[in-house]
Amino acid sequence: MKHNHLYNYILTIADNSLILAQRLGELCGHGPSLETDIALTNISLDLLGQTRSYYQYAAKLKGEDSTEDDIAFLRIEGDYKNCLLVEQPNTHFGYVIGRQFLFDVYHFMLIEKLQHSPDETLAAIAKKGIKEVSYHKRFSGDWVKRLGDGTEESKKKMQDAIDDLWRFTDELFYMTDVEKAMAKEGIGIDVSTFKEKYYEEVSEVLKEAALTVPENKYFNKGGKEGIHTEHMGYILAELQYMQRTYPNMQW
Amino acid sequence: MSIENLNIEKDLISVLETVSDPEIPVLSVLALGVIREAIEVDGIVKIKLTPTYSGCPAMDVISDDLKAAFSEIGKKAEVELVLSPAWSTDWISEEGLQKMEEYGISRPLSESHDIDVLLHGKKLVKCPQCGSTNTHLVSQFGSTACKALFKCDDCHEPFDYFKCLK
Repeated sequence: MKHNHLYNYILTIADNSLILAQRLGELCGHGPSLETDIALTNISLDLLGQTRSYYQYAAKLKGEDSTEDDIAFLRIEGDYKNCLLVEQPNTHFGYVIGRQFLFDVYHFMLIEKLQHSPDETLAAIAKKGIKEVSYHKRFSGDWVKRLGDGTEESKKKMQDAIDDLWRFTDELFYMTDVEKAMAKEGIGIDVSTFKEKYYEEVSEVLKEAALTVPENKYFNKGGKEGIHTEHMGYILAELQYMQRTYPNMQW
Repeated sequence: MSIENLNIEKDLISVLETVSDPEIPVLSVLALGVIREAIEVDGIVKIKLTPTYSGCPAMDVISDDLKAAFSEIGKKAEVELVLSPAWSTDWISEEGLQKMEEYGISRPLSESHDIDVLLHGKKLVKCPQCGSTNTHLVSQFGSTACKALFKCDDCHEPFDYFKCLK
């Protein structure tokens, strides 16, 4: 394929949104309250919309008969390039919020830069998405503070979630060969450039939430290279079920 | 932005006006500002449509409705989704905003006031039922991605507020 690097780069960004959208979609009808249920599924929908735009672009680059649906539904686990953070389960509401917050801060910084990519399609998707993502970040940051600075139990759950999810944050800034190549070409983003800013912003919110910033220096990575945690297979089983059972089905 | 500035052929307007947003049926796609171009080339109507939000499910419905509306007058329509420039609530026409309010959805405030009400609890959103601004935010996310849920503290009616998007 002519645009192999760009194709894979698009998936590196888009797969995060797809898998997180799927995770949040699981909460439809199961949120802790009507308002948070609606909010989380609204965020899911935004992410899924962004994913579709990215996949449509990727399918166009791939050519042949490739479609956004093939990319979403017909890859094997090792071909998904999402980071480990987004595939973590909906353990409890604090966990959902923690995962969302740690991703949103990163996501915002990434597409803030991607808006200025010389690749017009990527820039357009980022420009469209940034307004949505800034809203997600406000929502999740707000809830981190509410839970962290809330009751004894909400504080404990929020702290546990952050402590547990912290080990997946470093991977966000790990640069795969594809990302390095695209950054070198000036089209992709060198994510390492905002790593420091990311931890500063996250720490600031955690402090405001009366939570402790984890000092854990042990980090997991692998998702971006297709090596996922055990949760990924279960997500895909549900995500791909219809297309695998009824190949080429359409709504 | 008024539709006069867009490349929309006059002959097509009467058909475009019949297609509305499925979530806000009083608002035509023209009033909503999602039609960015509509021209006829070699007998085919070519329409450029922009989504309000990336994942807005109404876009698929609108796209199908547009094709159906033109096929009723014996014309084939092709709809292309364009992302840039990104849709803004500024593109909703004044007439559209008025219809929206009559329908029970409070119109978007300016960007700074929008932040004041959504983040800082200021009372600026006008209740579409009684007109009072003594209202409070119930949820930052409403029944669709473009709306937030509010409640009036005077007439006690809940209502949707159309969020400012710029």
